[in-house]
Amino acid sequence: MNALPVLIVATPLAAALVPPLLALASVRAAKAWSLAAQALCLALSIAALRAVLAGGPLRHALGGWPAPWGIECVLDAFSAALAVLVAGLAVLTTVYAWDWEDRRGPVREGAFQSLFLLLLAGLLGMLAAGDLFNLYVFLEIASLSSYALVAAGPGREAPLAAFRYLILGGAGATFWVLGLGYLYALTGTLNMADLSSRWPAISASPAAAAGLGLMVAGLALKMPVFPLHGWQPGAYAASPPQLMPFIASAGSKVMAYAIFRLLAGTLGSEGQAGRVLEALAPVGLLSVAAGSMLALTQTDVRRMLAYSSVAQLGLLFVGFSLGGRWAVIGVFWHMLAHAVLKSCLFMAAGSVARRRGSCEIDDFAGLGRTAPLTAFCFASAGLALIGLPPAAGFFGKWYLLRGALDAGAWVSLSVVAASGLMTALYVFRLLERMYLAPPPESKRVEPMGPWGAAPMLALAVAAILLGVFNQPLIAAFIEPARLAATGGRG
Amino acid sequence: MGEGRLFAVVLAPLAAAALSLLLRRVPLGPPAVSVLAAAIQFSILLSLLPGTLSGLPAETAALPLAAGASLRLRADALGLLFALVSSGLWAVTAVYAAGYLGATGEKRLGAFYAYLGVCLSAAAGIALSAGPLSFLVFYEILTLATYPLVVFTGKPAAVAAGRKYLVYALGAGQLLLVATVWALWLAPGAEFTPGGFLAGRASPAALSALFFLFAAAFAVKAAVMPLHGWLPSAMAAPVPVSALLHAVAVVKAGAFGFLRLTGFVFGPALTGELGAGRVLAWAAAATIVIASLRALGETNLKRRLAYSTIGQLSYIVLGAALGSTAAFAAAAFHIAAHGLMKITLFFCAGGLYAHAHVEDVSEMNGIGRRMPLTMGAFALAALGLAGMPALAGFLVKWNLGWGAADAGRPLFIAVLIVSAVLNFAYFFPIVHSAFFGKGGGNLRLEEPSAALWGPPVLTALGALAVGLFPDAGASLYRLAWAAARACAGGAP
Repeated sequence: MNALPVLIVATPLAAALVPPLLALASVRAAKAWSLAAQALCLALSIAALRAVLAGGPLRHALGGWPAPWGIECVLDAFSAALAVLVAGLAVLTTVYAWDWEDRRGPVREGAFQSLFLLLLAGLLGMLAAGDLFNLYVFLEIASLSSYALVAAGPGREAPLAAFRYLILGGAGATFWVLGLGYLYALTGTLNMADLSSRWPAISASPAAAAGLGLMVAGLALKMPVFPLHGWQPGAYAASPPQLMPFIASAGSKVMAYAIFRLLAGTLGSEGQAGRVLEALAPVGLLSVAAGSMLALTQTDVRRMLAYSSVAQLGLLFVGFSLGGRWAVIGVFWHMLAHAVLKSCLFMAAGSVARRRGSCEIDDFAGLGRTAPLTAFCFASAGLALIGLPPAAGFFGKWYLLRGALDAGAWVSLSVVAASGLMTALYVFRLLERMYLAPPPESKRVEPMGPWGAAPMLALAVAAILLGVFNQPLIAAFIEPARLAATGGRG
Repeated sequence: MGEGRLFAVVLAPLAAAALSLLLRRVPLGPPAVSVLAAAIQFSILLSLLPGTLSGLPAETAALPLAAGASLRLRADALGLLFALVSSGLWAVTAVYAAGYLGATGEKRLGAFYAYLGVCLSAAAGIALSAGPLSFLVFYEILTLATYPLVVFTGKPAAVAAGRKYLVYALGAGQLLLVATVWALWLAPGAEFTPGGFLAGRASPAALSALFFLFAAAFAVKAAVMPLHGWLPSAMAAPVPVSALLHAVAVVKAGAFGFLRLTGFVFGPALTGELGAGRVLAWAAAATIVIASLRALGETNLKRRLAYSTIGQLSYIVLGAALGSTAAFAAAAFHIAAHGLMKITLFFCAGGLYAHAHVEDVSEMNGIGRRMPLTMGAFALAALGLAGMPALAGFLVKWNLGWGAADAGRPLFIAVLIVSAVLNFAYFFPIVHSAFFGKGGGNLRLEEPSAALWGPPVLTALGALAVGLFPDAGASLYRLAWAAARACAGGAP
């Protein structure tokens, strides 16, 4: 029995109580508290990952009640690696937002830090949950705190965007519970490991397929993929820009984790689960195509990046449905790469929003001259997202293509290849403006301090280095994660 | 063996790029750095020559980059040939660009030479890549590093040309990515092998599909019709950039890709068996003829040169497709021959534009009497490209014709003759009216600065030297034949 799976969730959850009170005394102190809690969380996640890689999954039965009756927290190589990623992104985002003043006073700032910690706790809880119902509970913690965070955005459109998000997100969560009900009625258990062993008996049942379909649809809405993405561009554009690097990159990965765990890990790819997995391919392909095209038509850069996420997350679905060793490695690599690249892009977009008060495409004009560092980071992450070698994005595509060849899936192969070109179209649309257009008349100039610059630059450099060192990273983390997630199949 | 030297060949231009940015405020700092780096690079390449010619090419250890594929540099005969050409032409381009950018009032020398350095580093990487993954990495870097040069002036025409270039080149990049993954999936860990490594790895239908995937990817950069659209548009870039595109690195990378494809991935035997060589040869022949006709119809000098490049590059594609030893050697040698002659023509066109503001063929009457050195170099290179004996182009045409006959397809000799006639038809009137045409009244000599006429005279003399003594200096002709024989015989 090891307490780490519980501690990584309990730390941010407990810490979330303090910032509103601290902020009344000092906003800085509240931020420092929040950062310290996240750093502790990161340290615990790293310790957990080390322990998992050395000695197998960590399990903790809450209150000493063993599974399947009690509540179990589990971390294996897949969830522990993602926990490190999520906690790391949280730390970087908080550092990035360090000198970002909320003009509406300490009460707001305290609530803000509190909500951010709750979001982190929710996402880590989803990773550590050993049963499907607790996964739902943490999903709701994460969702509710992100609704509130979106509503805290600076513009007038924030409450409306948050409301849309709330309605659609609520529908998504309902789908999950509904589907869960079906599975519970069929098997009488909620524990993932237990469910997995009972699955073969019910795998032919149409009710099981309906339940699984509903659960996957619920998470696909939260992720989101096309055509369930209606809430996302508005929410991304309206959120507080300083939090977007985390919201945009971490949440979708954890949702993708839950889908994969449900289909491949918990239930195995047999029977109805395999069918649901196959049905993900067309959704993913559509998502890649539609997301990329919609991204091209946007004038707000955050909305553009949001649609770009829809497209990139579609690639994850394509990879899920291919199955097979290399496709899964491609998916996991792409999850890592996309998290790093999207947060870097949103950091750059955020500093433009901060500098100019809006984040339209025209606000990027001449950025190469007025803010060379921001422009460099955006360009570096953007080029890596296109998948130019040897940057991080390239290898996700490389392994996905290899997986598609293994599966003989020619349609998926062409879509993965075409996605790079479509990404290039919307990335270069901005690069052209950044480096070739003259800078506009300045509205206001607020140079970025070292707090904002350091994490952005670190991620931009990581965008290149991750690619170059993909082999050792895959051997050390992704291959164990794949074995844990698929039970060694494929 | 020779590891450090191979890395230095790729890193020298990168170092020059970084220094150019640092020294951008020093007058003539960036060009001087580039010339120095080019000289270092060229002498390192020369030092690699004996090993390559004796059949023991220098190579680095493999750096595993993705499962089943690694990054490795190797100085085989074909790669060394391309590397020598691009390195040598880089030096003259660096000198010329200083003169040209000065004459046109461009201030951003540091940025220009930095991008040029990255391009040259990528070109050296392409030349020395030992396997398909390394090739792909450098090929994409070259695409990316060329873009800022295409849009360098920032004018609307240049920006539009840049967009077109990106769509073509990045689209081709995706095709090359799929083709590379596929080839390495069929033959895990394979590297470029003289005679190819794919024989018997898959069904003929799958191999044909793979061949055309590669071919389409290379055809964009090599401007094989109908994938050539970006090249004439890219004339919106400054002249030294055109020199880079047409002669030093970019289109040559595509043509070089064809040589790697038929010689080292599929091998001449398999290319012939699949029937893919025949299709490719006809596509190249059609490009040669149609591009020459288009060149006749262009009155803008730079656009005429652009269509001339499209036609001339397909000589290389044709040679690669025919598969016989002589044709392959001719194609490989044409990388050098066309590079020397076409860069001369662009340098001259740039001199005319920067100094006399001449852009159109019709404005060139009598210009040869005003600028005899520039136009003399132009005449030499133009006649050389058309295939006049004693110049480098003749050697190519001769071997290509011989190779066509060897490959049992003498019909292509007719294509070569038609092309030679058309080449004369679109170059000779320019040369004639420049020296003997009426008008241009002013008979005073007014050559531009030495930086503008020196490089073209040098490269024109180089073309002459290579035509008369093909093995002088860097043994380019021997390298071309060594590569061709290795592919034919399958010997290392």
